[in-house]
Amino acid sequence: MKILKLRKEKLDLFASVVQQFGEVHAPVEQDGKYVFKRLRRWSEARLEYDRTILPPKKYFLPPRETLFRYRPGEGFAPCSEGLDQRTILFGVHACDIYAINILDRVFAGKYNDPYYQARRRNIVIIGIDCSPDQHCFCRSMRADFVDHGFDLFFYDTGDYYQALVGTALGDDMVLASGSIFEAVDAADIDNYKRRSWNKRRAFQLEVEIRDLPEIFEMEYQSGIWEELGGRCLSCGSCSMVCPTCYCFDVADDVELGSLAGSRARTWDSCLFASHALVASGENFRGPRASRIKFRFYHKQRGFVAEYGRPSCVGCGRCISACPVNIDVVQVIERLRGVQDAGSR
Amino acid sequence: MAVIEAEQERGLANAMVPALGRVAQVKKETSDTFTLAVEPASAEPLAGFQPGQFSMLYVFGAGELPISISGDPQERSRLVYTVRSVGKLTQLLVSRKPGDVIGVRGPYGTHWPLKAARGKDVLIVAGGIGLAPLRPAIYHILRHRADYGRLIVLYGARSPRDLIYRRQIEEWARLPDAQVLATVDYGGVAWHGHVGVVTGLFRYVRLQPFHTVALICGPEIMMRYVIWELETRGLQPGDLHISLERNMKCGIGFCGHCQYGPNFLCKDGPIFPYHEIRSWFGKYEL
Repeated sequence: MKILKLRKEKLDLFASVVQQFGEVHAPVEQDGKYVFKRLRRWSEARLEYDRTILPPKKYFLPPRETLFRYRPGEGFAPCSEGLDQRTILFGVHACDIYAINILDRVFAGKYNDPYYQARRRNIVIIGIDCSPDQHCFCRSMRADFVDHGFDLFFYDTGDYYQALVGTALGDDMVLASGSIFEAVDAADIDNYKRRSWNKRRAFQLEVEIRDLPEIFEMEYQSGIWEELGGRCLSCGSCSMVCPTCYCFDVADDVELGSLAGSRARTWDSCLFASHALVASGENFRGPRASRIKFRFYHKQRGFVAEYGRPSCVGCGRCISACPVNIDVVQVIERLRGVQDAGSR
Repeated sequence: MAVIEAEQERGLANAMVPALGRVAQVKKETSDTFTLAVEPASAEPLAGFQPGQFSMLYVFGAGELPISISGDPQERSRLVYTVRSVGKLTQLLVSRKPGDVIGVRGPYGTHWPLKAARGKDVLIVAGGIGLAPLRPAIYHILRHRADYGRLIVLYGARSPRDLIYRRQIEEWARLPDAQVLATVDYGGVAWHGHVGVVTGLFRYVRLQPFHTVALICGPEIMMRYVIWELETRGLQPGDLHISLERNMKCGIGFCGHCQYGPNFLCKDGPIFPYHEIRSWFGKYEL
């Protein structure tokens, strides 16, 4: 992996070069929060941000995506609108890139999702370093650092960004910007290592994920699920803001007066009452307590069984989005029976 | 269109897009259950299937749902589905007329272990419409009769009027080396057969543990009691195979609706060896 550095004042210059590679999207401030958005000018970009309301998932698995159009006489025509849009996501945090790497595995399993794959191929990711706030626990989820999944990744080292080149395309962007990138020397490496070491101390939240799947098994009948079911509003906010929640619903839009139309998928949530409902009227996860339990079990237990790690990356979005303050870190702490909540 | 085609050229088939099928025949099985035969509506043949797999069937203007294939796997020219009308979409599906065009995706999912069952007795236990995904296995066994030991079919339905494939069941019962028993919850005056739950039929059957593979499909509560009976009789959990049902939207392991423990029923199931899912089976609201 190529490692270079870029003087911070030259980031604007680099951004102007990057624009030649596609449409630049970056975190932009909106009502005191941040959203990934197409930049009208580079000065709108906020690279020092806590978290965006929605994760970059929205670019790879849009909230609503048309899959194909159809006409009974003619058949089905796949829809490719927007799939070849070359987009540059500038300023993606490590946890969010980690989440995209997780989605990569989901959408290229026994079957491939050609829509997801096409978008993934056409979206450039430039990662950026961050410092944890009161909701971040990515370090506990081993997602505070990514070794792949980005084209470039910038680490703040004071006067410079240390740049990790992840792909050939990332290298092309570096080469296209002439000589603004510099070689790193031993002092830069030391500086990076010191900052990396210190970052671990900045985390205010910590959860232990070792043997968590086993503890979930042991606590399947725990009263905590009934209690959470009593509080949960089934609003699905946690799923919408989650960078690794990928459930979708499939529905058709039928033209009036004909049987032609299109099929679209839209984000769904296992907290919605209809998620496990079948035509006979049987709902395999009817009570709200079962549904919220299921969401925790898929993140922290089921996903581990299939992919070897939890699908949670510790971004903290579900904690800040929940209207009734259901907090995944607290839930895990309570399941573990750790009463020491002094740090919270 | 170009992008998806480019993806397909990279070897990524777009499993989300159906093929066109034409309804060739609709046969009434019971008051609410119909068997549809579907032929390809274009030059492209429909994909072959393994017994126990399902397709996603699409009714234009209404929606898509998973339906087990109930026909003969050897019959390549058409796919056969037995559908019980329980909701809006199944109602529309069973009211298709010959010549109507529908969408077909698949087949998807795991299949009955007919290779592993060679040389052994095969016990088939079905409840209600659960016989539909088992019929292709019966066709296969009858076609390769010498490869298998005895064929035992135990079938339970709510009433005599709810028995599907009734004439075929009577034919199977007359075959040598086959034992076919049906039972109903409510008999009525014209019924001279067995009355009661399907597990009540086990007393008429001699099973050879270690030499029998059981294929089971029906309501989960029925399967739970069937498994309990079979384990009591010494059958091995790895020889018991069950087919499960959940809500499905995509059929290919993405949309999340059919999750069952760590499994996605559409790609890891719907058929599982019992010992693989034993720790989840029967858990409330999994």
